[in-house]
Amino acid sequence: MPRLNSAADLEKLRQKILAKSDGKKRVVSVTNGTDGRTRHSQDIVKNFIDEIKKQGLTGKVIVKSTGCHGFCEKEPTALILPEGICYVSLKPEDVPEIVSETLVGGRIVERLLYEDPTTKQKIAKESEIPFYKYQSQALLGNNRFIDPRSIEDYIALGGYDALAKALFKLTPEEVLEEIKKANLRGRAGGGFPVGRKWETTRNAPGNTKYIIVNAHEGEPGAFKDRTLFEGNPHLVLEGLIIGAYTIGAHQGYIYVRHDAPVLIDNITTALTQAKEYGLLGENILGSGFNFNVEVHRDIGIFVSGESSALMAAIEGAVPEPRPKYIHTSVSGIRESPSNLNNVETWANVPLIINRGAKWFTGIGTEESKGTKLVSLAGNVRNTGIVEVPMGTTLKKLIYDIGGGVRDGKKLKGVHVGGPLGGCVPEGLLDLRLDFDELAKAGTPIGAGSMIVMDEDNCMVDAARYFLNFSTEESCGKCVPCREGIYQMLKILNRICEGKGTTGDIELLEEIGGVLQDASLCALGQTVVNPVLCTIKYFRDEYKAHIEEKRCPAGVCF
Amino acid sequence: MSEVTLKINDKEVKAKEGTTLLQAARSVGIDIPTLCYHEKLAPYGACRLCMVEIARGKRTRLVTSCVYLVEDGLTVQTESEKVIKIRKMLLEFMLARAPGVKTLQDYARRYGVTRTRFEVEPSFCILCGLCVRYCAEVKKANAIGFISKGTERQVMFFPDIANEECPKCGECFSICPTGVLPSNYAIARVPHFKWPSMAWLTKQP
Repeated sequence: MPRLNSAADLEKLRQKILAKSDGKKRVVSVTNGTDGRTRHSQDIVKNFIDEIKKQGLTGKVIVKSTGCHGFCEKEPTALILPEGICYVSLKPEDVPEIVSETLVGGRIVERLLYEDPTTKQKIAKESEIPFYKYQSQALLGNNRFIDPRSIEDYIALGGYDALAKALFKLTPEEVLEEIKKANLRGRAGGGFPVGRKWETTRNAPGNTKYIIVNAHEGEPGAFKDRTLFEGNPHLVLEGLIIGAYTIGAHQGYIYVRHDAPVLIDNITTALTQAKEYGLLGENILGSGFNFNVEVHRDIGIFVSGESSALMAAIEGAVPEPRPKYIHTSVSGIRESPSNLNNVETWANVPLIINRGAKWFTGIGTEESKGTKLVSLAGNVRNTGIVEVPMGTTLKKLIYDIGGGVRDGKKLKGVHVGGPLGGCVPEGLLDLRLDFDELAKAGTPIGAGSMIVMDEDNCMVDAARYFLNFSTEESCGKCVPCREGIYQMLKILNRICEGKGTTGDIELLEEIGGVLQDASLCALGQTVVNPVLCTIKYFRDEYKAHIEEKRCPAGVCF
Repeated sequence: MSEVTLKINDKEVKAKEGTTLLQAARSVGIDIPTLCYHEKLAPYGACRLCMVEIARGKRTRLVTSCVYLVEDGLTVQTESEKVIKIRKMLLEFMLARAPGVKTLQDYARRYGVTRTRFEVEPSFCILCGLCVRYCAEVKKANAIGFISKGTERQVMFFPDIANEECPKCGECFSICPTGVLPSNYAIARVPHFKWPSMAWLTKQP
């Protein structure tokens, strides 16, 4: 691979890749990410390659093994480009038919198309499937055109253009100004303005500065960061390098779960390729700017995604949060200023630099701009990763995109934000996807997971489930979090077994209040949300358990 | 270092910059309860008993006084309603774990906690971490540490190191507020015997 020494070199390489790939060729884009692989997508890719050779199409069709396109429910899928025909729920033995019928004969294989569950109509085009129709995939859209293990695919689509623009046309101050103008807010849950965070680290005293990608997405029902990072690693990496240039950091870390082998593999490949092209390492694109990135795996505890615990882990210490009245953006890794943003936040950066803050602020609500990735799961017809503009109502997410509740059941609510979030009852579905609006309702957006609950879900049991998750994922350092979770779980267990007593609800609220006020880190402070929120909106269900010894959903006892 | 002036419980207090609220309060005889604090050790902020309510203008905030540094013009309430509510609950939590501990009972009396509402399931340890941190920070021996996580967290002597280091030290026994350490140590002594060499397993012929 030739090293790129200027922006012109990058452009030249892009032209070369485009000329070679010849836009007229057909592409079969097969989803081969973590989800697909559990359903034999690797065999499907292999069968496509073999079958294309067998049926004499070598050189005419390109088989692309890509990350997830979003529609996890129907994976593995194959997208035939340029027609945009989408085959869903594929099995390896379906491949010969697709090749002979569609690729050779130009006909559509009806039985493999998506069927609308209400109208029973077959839909051939991916863009007309309701799940995709109502989305606007600014971040995720390119997943279908990119083999995550090929930097050339990313460059062909204009990749690293934003980096070249930042390095050669903008000063770090101008990049910062653009991010601030875009009003980009952190996608990790808090929604803290990214520009302000960057500025703090940039202006903090000290020569050594670190920046970090938080790819530690650990809560049940959240998988959007993994999907994005796994399918398009260079997008996140490009954002990170731009951030490093802006902040003045020369060392970056990617903090990732140890149990995400595909993701780790794709990241390491991406880092190696970027380094070989001179997009990472010493003298990036000949600009004189140096930046290196290291991948750090977690040891398998949820709380290590908390900023100070995460930084302790990178230092090699036990990942436990420390009380911090000085932000990590001023004193983080080895007491140096350290800027931490999550995967989705970094991925937004190249788009903002490329298309401008104006484009970004044109999407979303007054205070929450851009698009938002949501992991849609639970008892909804179409599960998967959804990308919609901020401000989209939960109703639209669940009914238009998600296709409504499965098996014709009645919707009860939607749990937003995983174990640190809360449950929005059916009556409040007009709430919009907005950091402040959801936080105000007691259901902070958190990691962007949405779990749809129907009439067969017991809310007490759901709260118990999330709290049970937290008993093992808290570090156990501070008293309120460790003992509080334990005692709350005991009460919930009691209620679910039909042994609840009068006063249990009030005791839960009392303990919850103390945890919110007294816990050391954000985990302890928010871990009670599922309980407090279900008490707030579904108090009757708690009462039915305690007073009538009856579980309205028929789950408990 | 310059001096700052702040108000603790309506008392004007002068303190050097860089001291914590806890130190400043204690320097003028205001007692804030603590369990995981020790002047020889780095602040840990885990027992949360030392939380106080601070105010700057109209905004109030709960902070850990063993970590939070003094600021000029700050108003501190060490026994506000919110603070007392937290302390009571924390004491109830800990009394369910280590019922017979004198320090806990003293604090319980001070805050009028007559009983814990939670089922008493003694583990005898309140996980203040004094022993673990003393061993690591002062003695640099690391003979004792935390194992497991979340609600399963425990303190344990590591037999290999403990058998080397502890017979000549034992200083942590006296700083443990619960007095559970000696029995913990005894457990670590039990499995102390030399394992037969396993070298034959990997020996090449």
